[in-house]
Amino acid sequence: MSEQFTPNNPLPQGAKVPAEIARFSPAVEAEIDGHLAKYPAERRRSAILPLMFIVQRERGWLDKPGVAYLADRLGIRITDVWEVATFYSMLYTQPVGKYHIQICRTLSCKIMGAGEITEQCAKHLGIKSGETSADGRFTLSEVECLGSCGTAPMLQLGFDYHENLTPEKVDELLDRCQRDEYVFTVKVQ
Amino acid sequence: MSMFIGAIGCEPLQLRRVSLERSETLDVYRRNGGYEALKKVLDGMSPGAVIDEVKKSALRGRGGAGFPTGMKWSFVPKDSPKPKYVVCNADESEPGTFKDRYLMERDPHMLIEGMLIAAYALGSKATYIYTRGEYRYLINIMDAAIAEARAAGLVGEKIMGTDFACEVYTHTGAGAYICGEETALLSSLEGLRGHPRMKPPFPAVSGLYASPTVVNNVETLTAVPDIINMGGAAYQQLGTEKSGGTKLWSVSGHVKRPGVYELPMGYDDMEKFIMEDCQGIANGRQLKAVIPGGSSVYIMPAADIIGKDVRMDYEGIVTGGSMVGSGGFMVMDDTVDVFETTKNLTEFYKHESCGWCTPCREGTDWLVKVFKRIANGEGRPEDAQLLLDICDNIEGKSFCPLGDAASWPIQSAIKKFPDDFRKHLTPLVRQVEMTTA
Repeated sequence: MSEQFTPNNPLPQGAKVPAEIARFSPAVEAEIDGHLAKYPAERRRSAILPLMFIVQRERGWLDKPGVAYLADRLGIRITDVWEVATFYSMLYTQPVGKYHIQICRTLSCKIMGAGEITEQCAKHLGIKSGETSADGRFTLSEVECLGSCGTAPMLQLGFDYHENLTPEKVDELLDRCQRDEYVFTVKVQ
Repeated sequence: MSMFIGAIGCEPLQLRRVSLERSETLDVYRRNGGYEALKKVLDGMSPGAVIDEVKKSALRGRGGAGFPTGMKWSFVPKDSPKPKYVVCNADESEPGTFKDRYLMERDPHMLIEGMLIAAYALGSKATYIYTRGEYRYLINIMDAAIAEARAAGLVGEKIMGTDFACEVYTHTGAGAYICGEETALLSSLEGLRGHPRMKPPFPAVSGLYASPTVVNNVETLTAVPDIINMGGAAYQQLGTEKSGGTKLWSVSGHVKRPGVYELPMGYDDMEKFIMEDCQGIANGRQLKAVIPGGSSVYIMPAADIIGKDVRMDYEGIVTGGSMVGSGGFMVMDDTVDVFETTKNLTEFYKHESCGWCTPCREGTDWLVKVFKRIANGEGRPEDAQLLLDICDNIEGKSFCPLGDAASWPIQSAIKKFPDDFRKHLTPLVRQVEMTTA
C-alpha cells in the first residue's frame, strides 16, 4: 500500500505513514500559521501554494518529507499534494541548482535575442537547457513569458529579474554566481 | 534601451503617480489623492451607487475579455447569505503583457483602494490578490503596502472609523498561464490544480468556495478609485461611448521606445502610435506585423495598419482585424519570419495547456509536432491546410478559451502571411534544387 496518510489525517486500518516528516523551526511554523490564517479554517488547503514555496525555500525542493509535512499540515492526502506539485512549473519535484537560471523564450524575448542569451548561458555553464550542472549548483531552463517584454531579453535567477540582457551581461552575472558572490534580492517571506 | 512609462494623448490617470519618488508608499499615495475615493464612498455612497458609477464609466475588463465591469459586479446576488469575495487577477501571464507589473510595483495602494471599494460595493469582507508566482517581488511589495494600510486603519476592522471591515490578502500562483482564466484561478486559489470550471454557474453566483465572487484584473480594479473621484460619466468621456476611460498598452518588440503607454480609448491611430509615440521601428527596419492585444489575438500585417486609421479601442481594433485583448502590443520588423513567431506561440500554448480537455491538450501537442516537422525541413504543401484543420478542431470545442487562443494566431498568420508559411512547406531537397536551379 502506498503511503497516503499522515498522523493528523484519518488513518484507515493498516495504512502506512511516511517514515519521515519534515520539521521546521518555530519561526517558520509561525510564518506558516500566518498564511493559514488568510483562509477560512475549513479551507486551509488554499494555502498549499504559499506553503510549498516555504518548503522549497527551507529544503530546496519538494522532497518526500516536505510533501508529507504539507499533507499533514493541510489535512489532505499525500496524493493531493503531488497532484498540485506536478501541475505548476515553479514547483520542484526534484532537486534544482542553487542558481536556477530561467530564460524567457516567448515571442517578445525571442525576437529580441533570447536564443543568443540561452546559448551564452549554455556555453558559459557547459550545460544545455533543462540540465543541472554536475556539481548541482546550476540549473538552466527556458521558461514561458515572465512579463518582462519591454525589457527583453531577460532571465530570472531565483526570483530576481535580470533584464535588457546582452551576452556580456550574462557572462558577468554567471561569473559572480560561480564565485558565489551573487546575492539574491527577492526572497519568499 | 530605456523603457517609457507614461501617458500619450491625455493626462496620465492610472500612471500619474508611477514616476514619483517612493510612489509605493502610503505617504506619497495619500499626498497625491490616494484613498480619497474610499473616503467618498464610506462618507455616504450606497453600494448600489458605487456600482452605478462603475456602470456609467463604461469600464471594460482589462484582463483580456473586455466584459463590462459594472455589469459583472451587478451579477452578484445581494441577498445571498454566503460570504462574498473580491479576487484580483494579478496572474499577468499573457505573452507581451507587463502593465499590471508596473502598477503593482509603483502604485500598490491604488490596487488596495480599488479592491476596498469593490469589496464595499459587493458586500465582501475578504479579498485576495492572486499574483503569479514569478512576480514574487510584487507580492512582497503588496504585503508591505497592505501592512502600511492596516497600520493606518485602511485595512481590517473599522476602516476610516466606519463600520466597514475588509481584509486584503496576497496569494501566490506557482507558474501556470491557465490560472489567468478566472475559474482556473479560483481552482488554484482553493489549493487545487489550475483547471477551469464549467460556466455557468458564473463566479458571480458560485465562485471561490462556491460563494459569490468577482474576479477583476489589476488594471480594472485600479481604475475604480478614479471613477469614484471624477464620476463615472467623466471617466467614460475620456474614452469612447462603449470603451470608457484610458487603457494601458504594454509595448514590446522592434520599436525604438518600448514601454507602458496610457492612451485614451479611441486613440487615433495605431500607425501614429507606432511611428511617432513609440518612435518608430528600431535599427532602420520596416514594420512587418503587430500583435496588438497579447499573444491570443489575430496578427495584423503592416498593410492593415499603415494608412488604415485603426482606432485604438475595442471596436476600432476589431474593425482593423484584431482585438484589444490584454493590450500586449508586440511589434515585429521585416527580419521576422511569421512562421517562426507562430511556432513560438504554439509551443507556448502547448506548454500551458492544462490538460483538462482533449481538443486543447491533444490539439496543441499535434500542432507543435507539425510545426517542428516543418521547421526540420520536412514541410509538405498540404501542411498549411493541416494546421488549419487542427485549429478548426480546437477552436470553439475546448473547455475554456485557451483553445481559441491557441488557434487564432495560427489561423490569422496563415491567412495574412501565406508566403512565410509557403517557403517552409516545400521539402528541403526541393528548396535546395530551386535555389540552385
